[in-house]
This record gives sequence, structure tokens and C-alpha cells, in this order.
Amino acid sequence: MTVTLPPLDDLVACPQCDTLHNATALPDHTRAYCQQCGVVLMTSQPEAMARILSLALTAFVMMIAAISFPFLSLDAGGFHNATSVMDAILAFNKGLAFPLAIAVAFFIVVIPLIRLGALIYALGPLVREQPARVGARVAFGIAEKLRPWSMAEIFIVGVTVALVKVAGLAAVTIGPAFWAFAGVVIITVLKDQLICRYSIWEALEQPAA
Amino acid sequence: MQVFDLGSTGTTSGLITAREAGLVACQRCGQVHRQDVRLCTRCDGALISRDTDSLQKVWAWLIAGMIAFIPANIYPMLLTSTLVERSESTIVSGVIELIHHGSIGIAVIVFVASIMIPMGKFMAIIYLAISVQRKSGTNRHQRHKAYEIVEFIGRWSMIDVFVVAILSALVQLNTIATINPGIAAVSFALSVIFTMLSAQSFDARLIWDADRTTT
Repeated sequence: MTVTLPPLDDLVACPQCDTLHNATALPDHTRAYCQQCGVVLMTSQPEAMARILSLALTAFVMMIAAISFPFLSLDAGGFHNATSVMDAILAFNKGLAFPLAIAVAFFIVVIPLIRLGALIYALGPLVREQPARVGARVAFGIAEKLRPWSMAEIFIVGVTVALVKVAGLAAVTIGPAFWAFAGVVIITVLKDQLICRYSIWEALEQPAA
Repeated sequence: MQVFDLGSTGTTSGLITAREAGLVACQRCGQVHRQDVRLCTRCDGALISRDTDSLQKVWAWLIAGMIAFIPANIYPMLLTSTLVERSESTIVSGVIELIHHGSIGIAVIVFVASIMIPMGKFMAIIYLAISVQRKSGTNRHQRHKAYEIVEFIGRWSMIDVFVVAILSALVQLNTIATINPGIAAVSFALSVIFTMLSAQSFDARLIWDADRTTT
């Protein structure tokens, strides 16, 4: 079939089903979906970049708090045991389970921090309307690639399940790190909602100075 | 949130894909290129019109995931010792214990996350892979939905691993009660990781290609 196509830069293809669409600038507060499979292709929020950057910075700082302060503590029969996020990771440090300790560390702390750091690095100059940093494209690519492997929100649900399991056995006190961690989860969800891959890639395309 | 209609570049016969238009699209940023371009000019991502090895990778990871799921259910997930007894609990016996405790809601969460989601995922991926191999042209919208659900929900199976991590870190009260992780936690985590990799290797564009003449 012969089709006359507009210039390639005015087209966008759906990443999931390859359907071509015209890339038009969206009005604010709108979302564009793929007409074939319904995936979100673009979203447009006023000041999205600045909001993503500020949320990422907030989450980064809170994540540091979440790993430094006590997470939960347990009292039963005169014994006391305080646990931090690090202790939860090191629960698997014995024998064959050791690789799992590393994996858990990556899922709940390292990967979320890498994603946040990469976003801050890539978007920082854009918000100040400066040219993108060297490697900004690599950084944003990593942040997006790692998205499914960042499991902080799953960890929080897991903690809730664990709390119910021990609630009958002993008195559990929730520490400041628990709330910081919950905050990280909520902020991360809000931030990911704002990310429009298409427009960020487009902004990053401006050649580095 | 309003829906904004991007004009489609369709012909009278409907929507067309980048491939049909003789182009190749970047899956990271959506930019389209002429078919001979190898690296995306916008985001430096590798361009590949269709991942022809996709199904092979999907099957390999899936089988690995299913194999790892077996010891995850046979061996104990948690080793609990208290003053009076030592007990080992597997995934299923943990759920039964929760029901006896009266925590039905939590039992449901654990059961769904550790048994139903992994099993459902195996079946969904098998179904998707077979239907693509047979070049089935039916139910494409439902199959795409199934793919999206598998991609979205797969990670949530990790809940049980985190429960074990928190319990074993928290319940370390010398002689009164200690909880330690069992070997099933490792194989369960591996099973989840392998199935996630399997779902990620699946090239969703293949679902939409089936009834098209281009190969």
C-alpha cells in the first residue's frame, strides 16, 4: 500500500503495538492513548518536569531517612528487638540465602535510589532550561528500564502482612523509618504518574553543550 | 484527566503500524525511523522492528520460573522456633495457619500473591506465546490486556519474600521465639524473577502482527 507520510519527527509509534499516530502537542491536563491497544502514549501536565524533579528529590531524602532510622521494634517477655530496613535485608545473610539478601537490597533500596538519582541527574538541567547533561539520555533510559524492578511499594505491603502475623505474638512498635518508607512509596507513585516518556525524550534530544 | 485524540496515520482501511509503513519505531521513546537505521536518533536506544527471538527467550525464562516454583512450594518458607516447639511452614501451610488465626483478609492476600498470581502468570504467558506461534488473529484486544496485566502484576508475587525477610529480622527474641528464612524463599524469589524476565522478553507487537501479511 502507498501512504503519504508526514515528516518522521511528527509521528509517534505505540511502543506496544507499533501503531503510528501523529505527534501533536497536547493541551494541558490531557492524556493521549493508542487507538489500537489503549496504552498511554503521552500525557501533558503543566510544569511536569519541575514537579517530577521536586518529587524525586523529596523521595531521595526520605529514602535516606528510611534506611537510617529504626523501622519496627518488637517486645515480648522482657526481650526487645529493634529492626531497621538493613536488618530486614540481612535476614537472608546465612548460607545459601545470601544472594537473596543482595537481591532484596537491590529491590527495596538500591534500585529505587538509582532510579531517583538518575532522574534528578537527567532532569535537573532541563528544569533550569539549560542543555541536557552528558549521559542524561543514558540516565533516563536506566531509570525507565529499572521501573519494574523497583519494589518499595511491594515491600510496604509485605511489612503490613508481617505485622498482622506477629501482632498476636508480641507488641510491635512502628518506628519513624516506616512512615518515611511509606512516604517514599506514595511520592514515587505520584512521580511516575507525571512522567511522559515522549516529552522527556524529546526534551533530552537537544544536543548537550 | 481528559482524553486527547492523537490523529492516527491510518489509511481508509484503518490504522497502520510503523512496520507496514516501512519504518521502524523506537520502543523507548516512540520516535520513528527509516527501516535501515540501527540506533534511535532521539534516545540512542537499539531499534528492532520485531524481536524475532522473543518467543525463545519467553519460553526459556518461563520454564526456569516454573521449575523454581516447585521447590518453592515443597520446602519450608519459614522456620519458627518457640519455647515449646519448632515448626516449619511452607507457603500453603502458612496460609492455612493464617486462616486458623482468623486473619482471613491477610490469608487471602498471601494466597493470591504467592499461589494464584504465579500460577495465573504461567498460564497467561503460555497462552500468549502459543497464540503468537499459531499466528492467531482472534481476541487481540483481550490478549493485549492479558499481557499488560501479567507485566503489571508479576512483581507483586514478591510480597511473600519480603514478609519472610521482615519476620526473620523482627522475631529474634533469643529463646522465646525466633523465625528464620527457609530455602523456599530463595527458590520462590528466583521463580518470580524468572517469570518477570519472561514477561519482559515478550514482544507485544507480535500479538498485533498475526493476521498481517508482512512477516
